[in-house]
Amino acid sequence: MIRLTVNGRNVELDLDAQTPLLWALRDTLHLRGTKYACGIGLCGSCTVHVDGQAARACMTPLSDVSGKAVTTIEGLSPDNNDPLQQAWRALEVPQCGYCQPGMIMAAAALLREKPSPSDADIDDAMTNICRCGSYNRVRAAIHAAAASAGDKPHD
Amino acid sequence: MTEPLTLTRREFLVRSTAVGGGLLLGFHLPVTGPLAADSDPLSDQPQAVEVNAWIVIQPDNQVLIRVARSEMGQGIFTALPMLIAEELGCDWDRVQAEYAKASDNLRRDNVYVTMATGGSRSVRTSQKYLRKAGAAARELLIAAAAQRWGVADDECLAENSQVIHQPTDRKLSYGELAAEAARLPAPEMVFLKDPEEWTLIGKPVKRLDVPDKVAGRPVFAADVEVPGMLHAAIRACPVFGGRLKRFDAASIEKRPGVERVVALEDAVAVVADSWWHARQALHALPVEWDAAGNGKLDDKHIRAALEDGLTSKDTVIGAQRGDVAALLRTPVRQMEATYYAPYLAHATMEPMTCTAHVRDKRVEVWAPTQNASATLEAAARAANVDPLQVEVHNTQLGGGFGRRGAFQDSVEQAVRIAKQVGRPVKLLWTREEDMQHDFYRPASMARLTAAIDSDGRLVGLRARVSAPSILASVRPGAVRDGLDPLALQGFADQPYAVPNLLAEYTLRELPVPVGFWRSVNHSQNTFFRECFLDQVARNSGQDPVKFRSALLADAPRQLAVLNTAAAKAGWGRPLPERHYRGIALETSYRSHCAQVAELRLNEDGSFKLLRVVCAIDPGYVVNPDTVEAQVESAIVYGLTATLFGEISLKGGRVVQGNFHDYPMLLLKDMPAIETHIVASGGFWGGIGEPPLPPIAPAVCNALHAAGGQPIHALPLGALGLRLS
Repeated sequence: MIRLTVNGRNVELDLDAQTPLLWALRDTLHLRGTKYACGIGLCGSCTVHVDGQAARACMTPLSDVSGKAVTTIEGLSPDNNDPLQQAWRALEVPQCGYCQPGMIMAAAALLREKPSPSDADIDDAMTNICRCGSYNRVRAAIHAAAASAGDKPHD
Repeated sequence: MTEPLTLTRREFLVRSTAVGGGLLLGFHLPVTGPLAADSDPLSDQPQAVEVNAWIVIQPDNQVLIRVARSEMGQGIFTALPMLIAEELGCDWDRVQAEYAKASDNLRRDNVYVTMATGGSRSVRTSQKYLRKAGAAARELLIAAAAQRWGVADDECLAENSQVIHQPTDRKLSYGELAAEAARLPAPEMVFLKDPEEWTLIGKPVKRLDVPDKVAGRPVFAADVEVPGMLHAAIRACPVFGGRLKRFDAASIEKRPGVERVVALEDAVAVVADSWWHARQALHALPVEWDAAGNGKLDDKHIRAALEDGLTSKDTVIGAQRGDVAALLRTPVRQMEATYYAPYLAHATMEPMTCTAHVRDKRVEVWAPTQNASATLEAAARAANVDPLQVEVHNTQLGGGFGRRGAFQDSVEQAVRIAKQVGRPVKLLWTREEDMQHDFYRPASMARLTAAIDSDGRLVGLRARVSAPSILASVRPGAVRDGLDPLALQGFADQPYAVPNLLAEYTLRELPVPVGFWRSVNHSQNTFFRECFLDQVARNSGQDPVKFRSALLADAPRQLAVLNTAAAKAGWGRPLPERHYRGIALETSYRSHCAQVAELRLNEDGSFKLLRVVCAIDPGYVVNPDTVEAQVESAIVYGLTATLFGEISLKGGRVVQGNFHDYPMLLLKDMPAIETHIVASGGFWGGIGEPPLPPIAPAVCNALHAAGGQPIHALPLGALGLRLS
């Protein structure tokens, strides 16, 4: 039995410890915003946060997240109004949308570490693959979210 | 407001049914009165009402607009409802979109015309009947209001989801009128707004699908969950054309979660309680294949077959004017070059997937399809049931790019597996399976010959293309006497005024499956042609823009996008040291597009893409933000192919398997993209594909300008040309 929290809730998983977190999220916990696309940690469609750090869930065995806090796209914001989600809507970032939860989660981890990232920071952090070519809008939306978060008082 | 209302010209025309010239309705309207959507016939609650096949109006005034084409990122889930809403006169903030059902299309005599989504056709081939559907519903709502008030139709105006009786300023909402409107006979004739009267078409409207996609809500086929569902992983024979010989199911049947091992003719699938269990067991399954004689196919065989087609006698003429052969026998100045482009995979982010449930001669499938009707037919065939017993739930697609329409392979597999298992099964391919069992953009070779007169003008162009035929497998009847009418895209229909033109095609059949890949044969033929023209221009000391302009005197729209892209990119103005520009032009899917790529060549030979300036003329524009997004999208898709894309064959199998050996452009590699929409109006062009063909030659021409050699093959990475 592996115990962890997912989006703030305690979860017990009766799965093999080597099961990738991705499949526990999708098929056991029915959280299907986290996507499968490459299965080898290259594309970032499965990006979630483990204790606040971006992690590629397809390459993260459950044994690595025992006792840890996992956040998925469904848990990023209670009302889907994270500054990144607002910016993503305002700039119409998604096209097909399949890679976008991973993009947003990667961007959220970046902003936690660097609230006002430079273009070089974005280049380094955002290694997710998007076949629809949303990249320039992703960059613009990260800057926009950083700017809007900077305008608000921190609680 | 006390000013008397005056009827606009359009209002006058709409009311004056005696005036000729109206558009006859080309679609079927329901004749049985109101067909309630999701109706409970015993309920006395107000119900949603289908006013016609495209439009459902709810009592709370929400309008549900049905979309018969597939949303794969290109924005039609918003653009097509905009076309209907423009004429319907409804409040856009109360519009929702839903997919039309393939089963309804079948039962209702093709009421949705076609569900095929490809060829950048969704807007341009449906705009008229969608606008007519909106106009027809509007007229019914007006008639219902006029009847209720006992006034003449022509005293009423429809706008903002209500009908207004102008003399008395009485108003009724669409929700209040829908049930009565649906009972009225459909108008025989409707008038459409003139483009200058549009209030919604042409505006940057927010996409209807974005909020769900930003929230990670399950909208894709890979996310489908059906009660009692099992999961399947599959492996098809790695050699094309090969078959399943034997496998040792007993060796994996005791593994966790495994329910069944299912054999298909050319594949084996493991069905389990989770996809991970299925995939792990499949990985461990010993399988033997029969390569059916294709186990020795290598790249060198493919190259040799294509090369042979450049000179062999079985070539056929696809387009001809003047007499190129005679011209080339004269002492006119000539140039010749031979080009190559490799096979390419689609690599949609969502791998191939389909969920199927087969029971009692009935089939239900959930699929990311570019053609729900084709999915329905494929499911019926695979299950051997009456097509009327099939229901297709089409989802949003995690990318399409041409992979999911003409070929329904994963649908057929899912149905066959589900039929054997007797429970709903979700089949999901691995990335490796997806990359190694695609229907690839054909590998191609072309030999181009130019004749240039003493003024440096292109007076003759001969193009011979040697390539596998897409249509030979998709629609064999379309290939006559060895000519695939799509094989010479970009040559037979090239935009320049060349007095002598000869475009020839040699069909080379190879065991590698080929299919439609975003922009189809333009994706390589435009690269061949536009690189060659640059080489001709530069070798004769001419500026590539001026050289092309001189050949476009009778093609004002192409000339306009060429000149716009050049001007906005600062063509002719000096660049910083080591910066270079290249330009290319193409007309495809009726739209005209020119692009200028600017790059910096580093001392070590690597380069950085800095900027792409794109000018595009799709005639009319429905949603300019979507047009810009599609320009960005096509450029990224095309750049990935230009830089990295290559599927190679060894031992009859595809060598590449995932993003480590079939790499993708990343955010850090992106140039700035500037889009200039030069909408000249008067025609409807596509937008999903037309911005793709110019990018490869624009980049290659910039590299040529950088003092290197002209580029004759892709991808650039294989030539040692890499991004910094």
